[in-house]
Amino acid sequence: MSTTETQLDKCAPSPRAKRVAGMYRSYWLVLLLAVVGLSLVRIATGADDISAANTLRAAILSACPILLAGMGGLWSERAGVVNIGLEGQMLLGTWGAAYFTYHYGPWVGLLGAAAFGAIGGLMHAIATITFGVDHIVSGVAINIIGLGATVFLAEAFFSDLQYGGPRQLTGLDGLPFVTVPGVSDALNNLNDRGWFVISDVAGLLAALTTRISVMTILILVIVILTSWLLWHTPFGLRLRSCGESPAAAESLGVNVYRYKYIAVLVSGSLAGLGGAFLALVAASGFTTNQTGGRGYIGLAAMIFGNWNPFGTLGASLLFGYTDALRLRTPSAVHALLLLVAVGLLAYAAWRFYRGARVAALVLGLLGVGFLLWFLLTDTVPREFTGMTPYVVTLLVLALASQRLRPPAADGQVYRKGSAG
Amino acid sequence: MSSLKRIGFALLAPVIAVLIAVLATSIVIAASGSDSSATDFWSVILSKPDNRLLVNIVNQTTMIYLAAVAAAIGFRMGLFNIGVEGQYMLASYTAATFAGAALLPGAVNILAALVIAMAVGAIWAGIAGILRTTRGVSEVISTIMLNSIAAILVGYLLDQHGEHGGNQVRTKELPESSQLSGWLPFEKPDGPIWTLGLLAVVVGIGFWVLLNKTRFGFDLRATGASQTAAVASGIKVNRMVLVSMLLSGAVAGLIWMPAYFGSAHSYGTTFQAGLGFTGIAVALLGRNQPVGMVFGAVLFAFLSTQSNTLTFQTDISPSIVQITQGVAVLAVVIAYELVRRYRIRLEQRSVAKARTAPAQEVAA
Repeated sequence: MSTTETQLDKCAPSPRAKRVAGMYRSYWLVLLLAVVGLSLVRIATGADDISAANTLRAAILSACPILLAGMGGLWSERAGVVNIGLEGQMLLGTWGAAYFTYHYGPWVGLLGAAAFGAIGGLMHAIATITFGVDHIVSGVAINIIGLGATVFLAEAFFSDLQYGGPRQLTGLDGLPFVTVPGVSDALNNLNDRGWFVISDVAGLLAALTTRISVMTILILVIVILTSWLLWHTPFGLRLRSCGESPAAAESLGVNVYRYKYIAVLVSGSLAGLGGAFLALVAASGFTTNQTGGRGYIGLAAMIFGNWNPFGTLGASLLFGYTDALRLRTPSAVHALLLLVAVGLLAYAAWRFYRGARVAALVLGLLGVGFLLWFLLTDTVPREFTGMTPYVVTLLVLALASQRLRPPAADGQVYRKGSAG
Repeated sequence: MSSLKRIGFALLAPVIAVLIAVLATSIVIAASGSDSSATDFWSVILSKPDNRLLVNIVNQTTMIYLAAVAAAIGFRMGLFNIGVEGQYMLASYTAATFAGAALLPGAVNILAALVIAMAVGAIWAGIAGILRTTRGVSEVISTIMLNSIAAILVGYLLDQHGEHGGNQVRTKELPESSQLSGWLPFEKPDGPIWTLGLLAVVVGIGFWVLLNKTRFGFDLRATGASQTAAVASGIKVNRMVLVSMLLSGAVAGLIWMPAYFGSAHSYGTTFQAGLGFTGIAVALLGRNQPVGMVFGAVLFAFLSTQSNTLTFQTDISPSIVQITQGVAVLAVVIAYELVRRYRIRLEQRSVAKARTAPAQEVAA
């Protein structure tokens, strides 16, 4: 590249910077449209549940473990290691949280969960980084080990405890909850009024200020910290360079193995913390196989969020929201079909306008399908709501995969010294 | 390299892996502080199984082997069908519903159900195949998603259309004319070896022939060895991806059929979940080789069947064998990698020796 070109590049904002700026604008636009749409649907169908503070609080509770798993996936994939073993690492975390909370209190419990998740991460790191085993293969093995280990350890250590049993341990000390005095009441009150948009926003804010677990706050800090560490520090640049082009990174003096190890260990600990959230906050204790596939949903959230912390946050909230609705009135979900239908049709029209005929046609048909579903039925079976994260991820991957950009060397085995 | 040496290298990795798995399991037992020691554990596991358990081991082996072949078809060309689990679940449910409805008489009913199972498995895997070939979606992610969707879908359909009895739901019972119990090697209470276990033999031989004697098998292995070389030599990779996904799904559809026609006769609590993931592990253990996977399947079936006796004789949880199995898989892939690296180094050394020798002669 000639010098004049480089100077030109420096003067004008690069196309990528413009695109990023555009992306952030569109995030806010989507959020605004979603709130307005939600509000309209609520008023049109009378399903107050869909933006009630209680529903949103449940949604945040469901989103947290997914988000932690997603953050775990993000750390490791940004360094180029695919971590399918998140599920097994989360399971190890649930056991670690239960054991250490029972004996030393909830704060040590969190550390124990992170440590146990990190053990799973270490196994994955040794196999994939040092020995160059295929990442998927190692992840599958770790999930088998994680499931077996938690069941075995639970039976060995929890059977004889008070409130314990071979498959569970209840009566654990929980983590404290925080309520912002005054503000919370006012917002809850506003939420009950049923005003257009205002009440819906108030519902969200009320959910964030009423009985929120300190761990939820901790998770938000983790998301912000991840974003700062990976995108605004030299450490993060080096770590991400291992995921984009490890050979180039190594030729510039980055110790690729060390950064990959750090990333996978952090990934395992975050997954372990996700397990701790399930055992200590979302439920009243430990049970075996408590994750129920949340490690995989976390992975899906990360992909849906385009390997980006705040994208992952948004995706986790969406998946958590569908999970929360599943447990509430089925009529609320039915109301949402209308929103999905309108959203899909609008998106299809936009894609058609941009020239993507095939995608527009598929989206349009889906939209019509949802509209018919809304008009022809009265309720949605609970089970179908549970499918949402999986179906959404498949659709996003199928229809918008050109907008997704995983790290260039994601999932590839790198051997030290192959930079030449 | 002499053939003896080659066999030695091929056996080296699995032997190391089994040793590591044994060691890791013993350490976990010792660390758990249970009253029974690791020696108790191994003496129970390695004791001679009684007749009932022997039959059980054979039956489990056939199903695990089918699952392993299903996974291996994809693995041989570098395609990760993690969705064997979802494919055989959906296929088993559909086939059980069809066979239970008894629309066709006797043996025809069985054949039709098998075809339906294969078709459903193939379709479910085909979704991932189509997403990969047309939209470039990683089959790992899509099959994981399809696994979860299949589980939810089956749960819903069973709840809606199954027969409720007590707090259990199951599909309609298979008519007696279509039941295929099997061969009784011992007394009646020990149970039969299921007839459809023969499917595993047929599929195993078919897989061997496909791999080693057909153009498709050659293309499959070539694509697995080097995709760029395969493309350069005119192999249509997209078509290969789709076909092997469909084949993989079709075999996955058969996994639970021996148990269904042999003893379960309805889909419900009798359904044995988790075989898909076991199959993946066995495929890795057996290096995706038709013969290697037989040993892997026997080992896994033996371990899980024997572990059930643990509860009677020790205070060790049977789930310990899952750790053994997982560690074995992880250790075997690491060991293969190490052996591969070692062989490359040996080869390089011998080539270097061959090249320097004539040069020295010239210099002399």
